[in-house]
Amino acid sequence: MSMYNEKVIQAFMSPKNVGAMENPDGVGEVGNPRCGDVMKIYLRVRDDRIEDIRFETFGCAAAIATSSTATEMVKGRTIEEALKLTNRDVAEALGGLPPEKIHCSLLAEEGIRAAIEDYRRRRQGLPPLPPRHDAVCHHEIPETGEETRE
Amino acid sequence: MRRIYMDHSATTCVDPSVLQKMLPFFSEKYGNPNSVHAWGREVRTAIDEARASVARLLNAEPREILFTGGGSEADNLAIKGVAESLSGKGRHVITSAIEHHAVLDTVKWLGKAGFDVTVLPVDSEGRVRVEDFRAAIRPDTILATVMYANNEVGTVQPIRELGEICREKGILFHTDAVQAAGHLPLDVRDLPVDLLTMAAHKMYGPKGVGALYVRKGVRIAPLVHGGGQEFGLRSGTENTAGIVGFGAAAELAARRIANGEIDKERRLRDRLIDGVLSRIEDVLLTGHRTERLPFHASFCIRYIEGEAMLLRLDFAGIGASSGSACTSGSLEPSYVLLAMGLDHATAHGSLRLTLGKDTTEEDIDTILETLPPIVGNLRAMSPFKKNA
Ligand SMILES: Cc1ncc(COP(=O)(O)O)c(C=O)c1O
Repeated sequence: MSMYNEKVIQAFMSPKNVGAMENPDGVGEVGNPRCGDVMKIYLRVRDDRIEDIRFETFGCAAAIATSSTATEMVKGRTIEEALKLTNRDVAEALGGLPPEKIHCSLLAEEGIRAAIEDYRRRRQGLPPLPPRHDAVCHHEIPETGEETRE
Repeated sequence: MRRIYMDHSATTCVDPSVLQKMLPFFSEKYGNPNSVHAWGREVRTAIDEARASVARLLNAEPREILFTGGGSEADNLAIKGVAESLSGKGRHVITSAIEHHAVLDTVKWLGKAGFDVTVLPVDSEGRVRVEDFRAAIRPDTILATVMYANNEVGTVQPIRELGEICREKGILFHTDAVQAAGHLPLDVRDLPVDLLTMAAHKMYGPKGVGALYVRKGVRIAPLVHGGGQEFGLRSGTENTAGIVGFGAAAELAARRIANGEIDKERRLRDRLIDGVLSRIEDVLLTGHRTERLPFHASFCIRYIEGEAMLLRLDFAGIGASSGSACTSGSLEPSYVLLAMGLDHATAHGSLRLTLGKDTTEEDIDTILETLPPIVGNLRAMSPFKKNA
């Protein structure tokens, strides 16, 4: 099992923004149950600002911790600001993740982007975004410890 | 908070009585057992006694027991040793899909070295089908290796039936009994096996010492060449403290089996299994309900992931294990669970709780009180299911 730091453990043991949301303005679901992690993000948006955000996550401790931290980081932010959140920001806010868990932070970034995309589609009157379940699992250990994605 | 270790399939503590017997063999009785002087002779005597104790646990002869550096080495020695010694007779080996890596990877290595390998599937309870086994045997089959009991799901294989088929067909039969030895009565005079693997650390002995039973008359080639210790099959100055510890652990195990302590453990296991199945929804027992190790309980808890469960349990003072991808450190959840036909998402929710000789009824009740809220809490977070 991975060695987690105190911050990750804290976020995992007492996660914030947990649970489904009634009548959300946007929903994003990413990951794949086959790979052992699925993240679902719910948004409430007012005046282009994320007024409330919730998550539901099936996954390991790191997946739950990154879901919690990522939602905390974008809550109260504008959509544009939220789109700037990267997996690296989430991992840094958590004081670093074990290399094999970096994909969890990626999932958080993707989940928030998917929810925002869904929000924008709904505003244009398009049908909601279907869950985006990965075709392959991203559990590969990155070559270098913390490098993740450009 | 009382901490409850429930991972005895991974390893056990060294029993204090075992440790006491080992201690003199570090600084006091340090002679090389191969030396002729008094220092050596007293250690040789201790090794002989330990060999006799391990032999008694299996109803084997001392000459049929050779000590190794653990279970993995004994598995390697059995499989490569037979392959090497019988390669002139045939080059086909049979095994099962749920073997420990010490067997599976060894057999796969043989596959690269020019042997033909058949890996038999298992049923949904983790048992090799006897008909499949019979049908896999070919004229050039030299060895079959099927584990006595599985470490992840606890299932005990129909070893007698499989061994009888091997006898009938004239092929050698090895069983990895690392999980079973010391916990189930084993009698090699009665059981049709030719080679059997044990590890001391799964039965309250020290880590890094194992044994291979090799039936009299069965010839194998060594892996380690050198001074000719262990009947020429495992060279190197003996791990005397470890071997003495294994002997003491074998005596302890024999007493526990004779005293009915195993039955007590089995009743506690059943209390745990029944409790988990009745208190948590959408849970399945993995492995066979009755043909299973007496100390072994394993489940898949749907809609949540194993590592998250383990960490929450750990913070509640309970040490458990899981075969989820996150805990196995690989891309996939446990190959054992997948071989039993479980889907990936379910296999990610695997949880193994293995009892030990000091596990009490109170411990089981504590687990039964602690686990459901943890499951409920994680499920409340899961997109798949809201309530436990
Ligand atoms: C079934 C089985 N075989 C082999 C082994 C390997 O034993 P060791 O760790 O002593 O090498 C283990 C233990 O991990 C096991 O459970």
